[in-house]
Amino acid sequence: MQNDQLTLAPARGPSGPRKGRALPPWVSTTALLMPTYGWLTIAVFLPLLTMFAFSFLSATPMGKAPIIFTLKQYRAFIDQPYLVGIGITSLLIGFWTTLICAVLGFLAAVALVRSTFGKTREMLLILILLPFWTNGLVRVFSWTMVLRENGFLDSLLHMVAPDAGSIGFLYTRYAIVVGLVHGYLPYMILTCYIALVTIDDAIIEAAASLGARWWTILFKILLPLAAPGLISGAVLTFVPVIGSFMEPRILGGRVGVTMGTVIEDQFTQAFNWPLGASLSFTLLAVVLAIFATFSGVLRRGTTA
Amino acid sequence: MTEITKRNILKLMSAALVAGSAFAALPGMAFAAGTITVLNWQGYGTDEAWSIKAFTEKTGIEVVHDYYSSESEMLTKLRTNPGAYDLVVLNAARCAQAIAEDLLQSIDFSKVPNSKTVDGAFLTNPNFSKDGTGYAVPWVWGMTSLAIRDGMPVPDSYAALADPAYKGRVAFDDDAIINVGLGALMTGQDMNDPKDLAKVTEALKSIKPNVKLLWSTEDQWNKSFAAKEFDLSVFWSGGSVRSKRNSKLPVTFVVPKEGAVGWVDGLGIPASAPNPEGALAFANWMIDPTFYVEWATKVGAPASANTAAIDALPADDLSRQVHKAEYLKTMSIMSALPDDRREAFNNVWQEVKAFYAE
Repeated sequence: MQNDQLTLAPARGPSGPRKGRALPPWVSTTALLMPTYGWLTIAVFLPLLTMFAFSFLSATPMGKAPIIFTLKQYRAFIDQPYLVGIGITSLLIGFWTTLICAVLGFLAAVALVRSTFGKTREMLLILILLPFWTNGLVRVFSWTMVLRENGFLDSLLHMVAPDAGSIGFLYTRYAIVVGLVHGYLPYMILTCYIALVTIDDAIIEAAASLGARWWTILFKILLPLAAPGLISGAVLTFVPVIGSFMEPRILGGRVGVTMGTVIEDQFTQAFNWPLGASLSFTLLAVVLAIFATFSGVLRRGTTA
Repeated sequence: MTEITKRNILKLMSAALVAGSAFAALPGMAFAAGTITVLNWQGYGTDEAWSIKAFTEKTGIEVVHDYYSSESEMLTKLRTNPGAYDLVVLNAARCAQAIAEDLLQSIDFSKVPNSKTVDGAFLTNPNFSKDGTGYAVPWVWGMTSLAIRDGMPVPDSYAALADPAYKGRVAFDDDAIINVGLGALMTGQDMNDPKDLAKVTEALKSIKPNVKLLWSTEDQWNKSFAAKEFDLSVFWSGGSVRSKRNSKLPVTFVVPKEGAVGWVDGLGIPASAPNPEGALAFANWMIDPTFYVEWATKVGAPASANTAAIDALPADDLSRQVHKAEYLKTMSIMSALPDDRREAFNNVWQEVKAFYAE
């Protein structure tokens, strides 16, 4: 906008029509933001608002059932106390998945940034993104073949030690975490990579020339400077993981009951949308509460 | 530019006439033949390619499919997509619910000649009718009971599910209504209206050490059974025939003394169906002995509601052997559940699942 005026104004002369028609800056700002916010309103905000309204109904508003407003759906955690246990399980699965993703993702990103360059780095980045190109369901089902008794994992073990028992751990919480880490690790690598790649090499060289060992460089320089990437990666992982239902259902077997599967059951099996919606919003509130508790850490991390 | 001559005008006029008559003929053709959209589980009888081909050759009606993966999804689709479906496969228990919500239209049985030999008990099943009018063509019935790996002792009671001999070797259907029904049968209660749900919950919870997985599709059941992940399972009679015949799995279907959980599926026509005539013709084909024998012998099917179709099966047929007439005596048929009871059943199963996961 400014550039336009600079180049065009002298050519047309100071009294040209251009100057009088120049729009105030807020108009262009609004025009540029309109598509995004319009889309967000229609595609995100309105459906979410509808679900929020649903969560106060007594039954799914379909057919001839009368619409009754109630708060009983939000009492689910009191009326059905086993839900608390499921909620804690989901948070723990989310915590472990995020932690493992953070460690593996950060190390992978460091390796990418510090030890590779040019073509090799591009190649490795593409290999990291590859899992994103396959359907999530395919990825999860392939894990069932690896982890089940007499699966690939057992076959490999029996090649080395034919008499060993089974180490397949399909239908356990570990299997769920493995599947989830596989699914969300690329987010963590990419956010850490973006944070690490902006660190000036000179800083690290300066530290090294002043006698800093590798662990000092890692913990005193790389980790604090990459914290924004690590934190946004953690948020990107934690939030979808605690609501996940596909991985627990397929890899969890008997133990695959999480908030995600309970909510999914309400929408598909039990046809109780209000309860599903209220559980979702309760989960959202818990997530926001967790972020609020750690907001100090988060803010320090993202502005560091 | 072509000059406007008599000949050109004639050409133009005849072209317009042809176009016009073709246009006029189009809706008529669509009515006589046209397309019907069937809403069903995937791979469940209506979508057999050979059958659709034979039906289209006979009637000129094209059959298109849409699928659901749970019964509530089916009801959701009926509620939210009026005019999209001509025929829907629905369980008796869900049928009453659909009729109550005016989602189905009544059936003109004079256009379904094969319904003459359908067992009267199915035709007058209270779930399929309202005020004496039928709202679904009874199609197939079957049982949910136990399936055991060949060579293992055959259980004679549902108590076997909790037998320590099967520690970590039992699979359950992830279906609240079926499992609460089984729990009711285990505790000697009415499957459709158990008075003591706490006892049912206790009975289901007692199976925990044995439960290996909860399956939700037949494909998943087959893969896990083939991988020897479990030996004893809650399973469908028709599914066991398919697994034995098609996948050569060593499985035997067992009905213990408490009796099986019975179900019957019907073919209903949504109130908003664009082509009800075509749908009736297809429903008639679905209970035709010609179709049924082929379906049951080549693919494996539940028992047809049409007695004439069952009688047409060879005596050594697996499906005929599994669906023994004697089982009908002990079988309890699942019926429609009022909303609060359905919710209570769902909550029981949700609680049991949470207990299994602890």
